[in-house]
Amino acid sequence: MAMATTGRQKTGWGTANTVVVVLALIPVLWMVSLSFKTPAAVLDPSFLPAGRQWTWGNYTGILHTSQFIRPLINSIGIGLISTLIAVVLASMAAYAVARLRFPGKAVLIGMALLIAMFPAISLVTPMFNIERSLGLFNTWPGLIIPYVAFGLPLGIYTLSAFFREIPWELEKAAKIDGATPFQAFVKVIAPLAAPGMVTTSILVFLACWNEFLFAISFTSTLASRTAPASLAYFSGSSQFTVPTGPIAAAAVVITIPIIIFVVFFQRRIVAGLTSGAVKG
Amino acid sequence: MAEIVLDQVTKRFPDGALAVDKISLDIADGEFVILVGPSGCGKSTTLNMIAGLEDITEGELRIGGKVVNNAAPKDRDIAMVFQSYALYPHMTVRQNMGFALKLAKTPQATIDEKVNEAARILDLTQHLDRRPANLSGGQRQRVAMGRAIVRDPSVFLMDEPLSNLDAKLRVQTRTEVSKLQKRLGTTMVYVTHDQTEAMTLGDRLAVMRSGILQQVGSPHELYENPINLFVAGFIGSPAMNFMAGTLEEGSLRTAIGDLPVTPQLKQTLERANAGRQVIVGIRPENFEDASLVQPDERGHGVTFHSTIDVVESMGSDVFVYFTQDGGLSATTDQLADLAADSGAGDIGASAETVTARLNAVTSIKEGDDAELWADIRSMHVFDPDTGKNLTLGTEPAATAGPAAT
Repeated sequence: MAMATTGRQKTGWGTANTVVVVLALIPVLWMVSLSFKTPAAVLDPSFLPAGRQWTWGNYTGILHTSQFIRPLINSIGIGLISTLIAVVLASMAAYAVARLRFPGKAVLIGMALLIAMFPAISLVTPMFNIERSLGLFNTWPGLIIPYVAFGLPLGIYTLSAFFREIPWELEKAAKIDGATPFQAFVKVIAPLAAPGMVTTSILVFLACWNEFLFAISFTSTLASRTAPASLAYFSGSSQFTVPTGPIAAAAVVITIPIIIFVVFFQRRIVAGLTSGAVKG
Repeated sequence: MAEIVLDQVTKRFPDGALAVDKISLDIADGEFVILVGPSGCGKSTTLNMIAGLEDITEGELRIGGKVVNNAAPKDRDIAMVFQSYALYPHMTVRQNMGFALKLAKTPQATIDEKVNEAARILDLTQHLDRRPANLSGGQRQRVAMGRAIVRDPSVFLMDEPLSNLDAKLRVQTRTEVSKLQKRLGTTMVYVTHDQTEAMTLGDRLAVMRSGILQQVGSPHELYENPINLFVAGFIGSPAMNFMAGTLEEGSLRTAIGDLPVTPQLKQTLERANAGRQVIVGIRPENFEDASLVQPDERGHGVTFHSTIDVVESMGSDVFVYFTQDGGLSATTDQLADLAADSGAGDIGASAETVTARLNAVTSIKEGDDAELWADIRSMHVFDPDTGKNLTLGTEPAATAGPAAT
């Protein structure tokens, strides 16, 4: 943008940005507000809970029930394991895609893209049956395997863009220095691609963390149910209470890691999402 | 220490392109050999084949008497310096230099000792704990050299190691490389497209063009006795001037006048079955301001008049450029290659421009109709079809050296 921004342009963009941010934030703020309201105040139309209706009860409630703590542990465990496996596999595949010429390379890239594009809902029924007959239903692997499968395309695309930016001569140098291809990858290429690996890990982890469809379909008990899915099973303090407050509180809790990630790794995430889009 | 033997080594890429065609070259132990040629001539591919970074399609490569066609780079006992230096950005200078030794599981004490020694030789001691990104171009280049030295290999391979340095530093580093090679006495194969670098560095030069080895020899040999048009035009700066010539009754008619054909030259040309059309090559330094030529010297050349287009004074010499009508347009593919390499086509210079290097005391100015003299003892006559040098080794000047100016 060589043109100097004029005052009018600034005002215009400022207004547009504010509108977008407000629209995006209102539901989130509403959720936060709800999480602090007592059950009686949930239907109160005021945005902020008024004096007496302000409570930490929803938070203490969900954090003292295995209904939420256990799914939170499941979410963290399944998310981390899926991310680790997906990134390790994706980095190898991406390295091959970026560096090697092999028959079927185009097919591999195409397949990866196809998986990324496939509507997950159409896979739920067949996968449900497969998982049941394999005994994977309602287990951690039952979620980890599909998460890895859907994390791979994202990982391969992001990482191959990072690998492509590493000069090939470095590998030749490593080869001359006596490194095996594996050593060259582990000691030279991987450290240089570390920023890309971190970015990819964050993207994959966020995808796993937010996933709801598989989580609700392939789990039936607390043994493997993840946090987003567990929200649907919350019960109120009595069976006649709609658990709006606890659900809002739980939603806030599972949003916090995402906010932390985004705040700290914003630039990396953008770099990962746009990598390869433009050269240099 | 090892000698390298390339025996009919050929490289054909999977897409069928022939990059290197049956190159045979013996490199003696401790010798400094330069592979030189324009870009795309196959010199880097040849080096990569010696290094083991490219497979050899046909032929045999022996290092130290062992056939290494299928050996991995690490089993060839070689070290290589890359054009981009290829330093590992995430490692310090010390780690960069010690990486190969570390991979070879050398004890840490030995690594430290060797790295410190190499750093001392290359004046890098105070930079050992910095990363490549914080070093200047010249320092990075030295680290790349250090990485090669530390391994104490039997062969050094260098792929245009100086081309990323600025002009002044390049000249300085060139001397350093030469000194280093002499000091270590290690066989070195060095690739460059810069003929000046090639001439000043190597024991022997191997000139390549389009994947084919043209000529191998000492810089002096290549300069004095180029085997064909390509080598003649590639070696020497400024380049040799080429003019079309026609053989007619005992004389050679060219744009700068009729050149006498000595009985010896006539015999050579007859033996070579030369046609009437030839290409005459005269180096810039074989021209002189006619007024500065001693009368007894004049007989060895021809005197002619020409309008001077440009005069460039270098202090020690004066370069003058003039155009001769009826001169040569680059018709042969070898000359076209040379023109492409020098970028003559890009700047619109025609092959008809003749460059002459004159004594600095000359008073010739731009626009003068100057009288110039050309020493024909050092003249070369080429076959326009094959590009072959028809006068190879026959002219007296070949042994007498370039004519004094």
